[in-house]
Amino acid sequence: MSRQGFSIIGKALPKIDAMAKCTGETRYADDLHFSRMVYAKLLRSPHPHALIRAIRTERALSLEGVYAVITGRDLPVRYGISPATEDEEALASEKVRFVGDPVAGVAAASETVAEKALGLIDVDYEPLRPVLSVEEALVAEGELRIHSWNRRANIQKAVSFEFGDVEQGFEQADHIFDETFFYEGNTHLPMEQYCAVAFYGPDGKLTLWSSTQTPHYLHRALSKVLGLPMSRIRVIATPVGGGFGGKSEPFSHEICVAKLSMITGRPVKITLTREECFYVHRGRHPVKMRIKTGVKSDGTLQAMHFQSFLDGGGYSSYGLATVYYTGALQTVVYKLPGYKFEGVRVFTNKPPCGPKRGHGTPQPRFAVEVHLDAIAEKLGMDPIELRLKQLVEPNTVTVNGLRITTTGLRECIERLAAKAEWKKKFRQLPYGQGIGFASSAYISGAGLPIYWNDMPHSGVQIKLDRGGGITAFCGSIDIGQGSDSILAYVVAEEFGVDPADVRVVTADTDLTPVDLGSYSSRVTVMTGNAAIQACRKLKDTLLRAAADALEIPADDLEFAEGKVRCRSFRDRAISFVECVQKAEAKFGTLGAMGSYRPPKHPANYRGSGVGPTPAYSYSASIVELRCDADSAEVKVDKVWIAHDCGRAFNPLLVEGQVEGSVYMALGEALMEEQVFRKSGLHKLPSMLDYKSPTALEMPEVETILVETNDPEGPFGAKEAGQGPLLPVIPAVTNALYDAIGVRIHEIPITPDKVLRALEGRLKPVSVPSFEFPPPIRWQPGEGVEVQQKS
Amino acid sequence: MLRLPEFRYVKAGSLKGAVRALSDLGPDAMVVAGGTDLYPKMKRGQFTPRYLVSLRFLPELKGIRPRGREGMWIGAGETLTALCEHHAIKGIFPSLAQAAGSVSTPLLRNMGTIGGNLFVDTRCNYYDQTFFWREAAGFCLKKDGEICLVAPRSKKCLAVFSSDTAPVFCSLGAMAILVGPGGERRVLLEELYRDDGIGFLTKGREEVLRGVVIPRAAFGVRNVYLKLRRRGAFDFPVLGVAAAMSFSKENICLSARVVLTAVSSCPKVVEGAAAVVVGKRVDRTAIEEAAEVAARASHPVDNADMDYWYRKRMTKVYVRKALALLAGLES
Repeated sequence: MSRQGFSIIGKALPKIDAMAKCTGETRYADDLHFSRMVYAKLLRSPHPHALIRAIRTERALSLEGVYAVITGRDLPVRYGISPATEDEEALASEKVRFVGDPVAGVAAASETVAEKALGLIDVDYEPLRPVLSVEEALVAEGELRIHSWNRRANIQKAVSFEFGDVEQGFEQADHIFDETFFYEGNTHLPMEQYCAVAFYGPDGKLTLWSSTQTPHYLHRALSKVLGLPMSRIRVIATPVGGGFGGKSEPFSHEICVAKLSMITGRPVKITLTREECFYVHRGRHPVKMRIKTGVKSDGTLQAMHFQSFLDGGGYSSYGLATVYYTGALQTVVYKLPGYKFEGVRVFTNKPPCGPKRGHGTPQPRFAVEVHLDAIAEKLGMDPIELRLKQLVEPNTVTVNGLRITTTGLRECIERLAAKAEWKKKFRQLPYGQGIGFASSAYISGAGLPIYWNDMPHSGVQIKLDRGGGITAFCGSIDIGQGSDSILAYVVAEEFGVDPADVRVVTADTDLTPVDLGSYSSRVTVMTGNAAIQACRKLKDTLLRAAADALEIPADDLEFAEGKVRCRSFRDRAISFVECVQKAEAKFGTLGAMGSYRPPKHPANYRGSGVGPTPAYSYSASIVELRCDADSAEVKVDKVWIAHDCGRAFNPLLVEGQVEGSVYMALGEALMEEQVFRKSGLHKLPSMLDYKSPTALEMPEVETILVETNDPEGPFGAKEAGQGPLLPVIPAVTNALYDAIGVRIHEIPITPDKVLRALEGRLKPVSVPSFEFPPPIRWQPGEGVEVQQKS
Repeated sequence: MLRLPEFRYVKAGSLKGAVRALSDLGPDAMVVAGGTDLYPKMKRGQFTPRYLVSLRFLPELKGIRPRGREGMWIGAGETLTALCEHHAIKGIFPSLAQAAGSVSTPLLRNMGTIGGNLFVDTRCNYYDQTFFWREAAGFCLKKDGEICLVAPRSKKCLAVFSSDTAPVFCSLGAMAILVGPGGERRVLLEELYRDDGIGFLTKGREEVLRGVVIPRAAFGVRNVYLKLRRRGAFDFPVLGVAAAMSFSKENICLSARVVLTAVSSCPKVVEGAAAVVVGKRVDRTAIEEAAEVAARASHPVDNADMDYWYRKRMTKVYVRKALALLAGLES
């Protein structure tokens, strides 16, 4: 790891909150207790699809210990994370759209009483036939329509694009490969269940503590639904015990406790059960895919046509973005002169899908990488060679207008192949053992905010104390990925002090400037850049004071080792504390603000907003596994993974993110599935029955970090939290083929599928026939001019 | 979280006292030892006792005596951890240590007892759910409902017998020692079970298991337990194979027992499979034949983890592997 000129950046330090977490000091939302606090529970629909004829709450209200009961009538305003698709109600008023859709809320003296009260609420439902598959949803009419706001059937959004010359690409190809794939849905399964506490005080102000990844978006939604100005609402995101995308939008339970507190004047807490978390969901979309690729005999890609069919569940959630994401990043890894993408997301009567680690990209990445593996084999090429000959180059723009700054993928692949002894093992291991490869790319923060605005995506305020203490305020929320630590490292690096001298205050809408939230792998890049800007403003002020005191020109001064010192004569220095005091005497109270907005992206077609980012991270993975020929049980022996993170602020944290991604990827690849009965009921909503790997299933992981010093990132950093998940899943699939000679086009790869495939009985994935809208066409070079560093 | 319903906790001073409490309190009472199966089921409304009679501290249920006069005595109140870590058990009956050590997780094994595992409630994907879920699905035969949701035409509940240790004890010919209002009785453990997801135990409601004895005859018998499940911890078996075989000096199989778990509502002793190998020098062909016979006795249905078609297929694979291990053909 290069550490050129850095004092903190690049060091393997413990997280700043590590001790608090290890000793149980960290206070999660469910650890909050207030006097007079009452407890809420939500009544959920047992039907996947039904009209609500009437709800009677009198019996529940008259139960001793019940303080309030609310229904959809109390919260009539619709909301949703995406302003274009606000189709959710905190409590369903006319119709329920999945088993688990909340219809009423109770606040009571205890959870036990609240639960009892739920049993006393009478809901008169008129059940409707549920729509449970993409195929049915595409043609649903009449009472099978789940929403009425969308134009036709149960289609939320259908998109179609054509970039470059696709037709010509296919014409020039020597071979055309056409395959179908299916990626089953799965859920986030964070350790911490959803939890929120609300208190509407006698001052007419509402405070909501919640385990959320997006306090700012929650702030907006609360204001909208409750009819309170944002200035009277304070959202505090409590330390999040795992999010993975599942806590990145406003939820019914958050709005309901706020409303219940407004009615009762008491603090109200809700903690969902594990079962309820499966119903809230917002996890990985089940996606059917068709991929058609034209290649030259030497393996060069000429054109690709990609179709995706997303099963979205009952509401829109982030689905608008998801459908675009299943098509956007195919072009970022390998050069593709012509690319056609068609995608559609439908509503079904299942818990809504949303963003999960990799948001909409693991599914297509799985399809593309398994597809390329098959192409390489048909052409008699080594799959790594096929990829290496057409990697996307740095400082280029892709066929769909995405701007690439740096890429370390070549270095990733070369170092990875050497470490894993690819050449020695590929197609050389005995039957039952195999090795597989795949690579990928991911965004370091979405280029656009969720709601259209010209304001910064992240703001950091820094306050200096006379005693030399530095406080950094930022709306970002640490969901375990270490964003609080990153903020402290950046500030400490800039001021040349120990991270322990920096206090971070985050995720409190009353105290901290807006940060859009912990999603889309945006925090390191965006808050990092904002923090650097704030630091540098303050440093200018401090340097002026120091220059006067030391009688040395400011440009010969540096911040290091807790001092402001002369670069050439290091003994000539004043302590940081002294410098702060002199500056405060001279200029008054010391503070500064910094903010960050991503650069404008080159493309300007409708739909071009999903995909752009300040910088793309790159990952590559090799998986070695064994498969028992009799039982078809798969055991992963080792995963090698190389990740281009731009710069590793703290290699320990980056490796943690990479290993966590590998773990999650293996779960998705081999066992996790959010599946439903024919009645629309979730099959297995429990930690025991929803199969997620344990520590015993986790193989050895060897991580290689590649640094490319990206000009857009703070100190050159890019993302690390999501990208490394992507290559592992197809690498598992490709390794299985190497081991036993069958390609499974469906995730998860369970033993019964492997056995069926070995016997030639695994049916190919069928994709629906659907007429997509006419494509939006765009040619590279048609877009707007962009400068490099924003 | 799911709330634990209210109940009265009755702590008896002796086994006799516990039995008396059970008969005094009637059908509203259940026994509790480790509580690892019971309490979650109370939270989900599958069990609705008003009284719990604790067996946890009863000295009569304690102790592991490896070389008693009749054989190995294992008190029903011993924890699964105590079993799987016991030196003599690991040496003489590795299958029992394997089975006990494969139950759930270390934390639950520290609480869960051998009695609890032998009588663990049968499981089903339609039954092991919360009250909310079961109400949404429509209640089933086993609790609160009229029909079997797995096979609506079945008159019998098809919940899966899910004990890891029961098939092992059965394969070793263990005796159960029960104490009821009428005193103590001993019975072959396998006779305590029947193939009915609801009434899977033949013992009286007021009878408490004091312990099990593995007869001396089983000492020296080669034994193994293989378990199919998704993960290396946590999961109940979706198939378990307990096998025990003894051999003459000439390597002729003198006795064999193959017992399956998680393929029906009780441990399944496959006598036909044993018959194939007894009296023979056990080779691959004999094993293959025995495995096929065992597979025919295996009738998994679509109510547990993994495809039932796959689980049936695996019966053959796992029995084959178990017998090959015992015959020394595999390691």
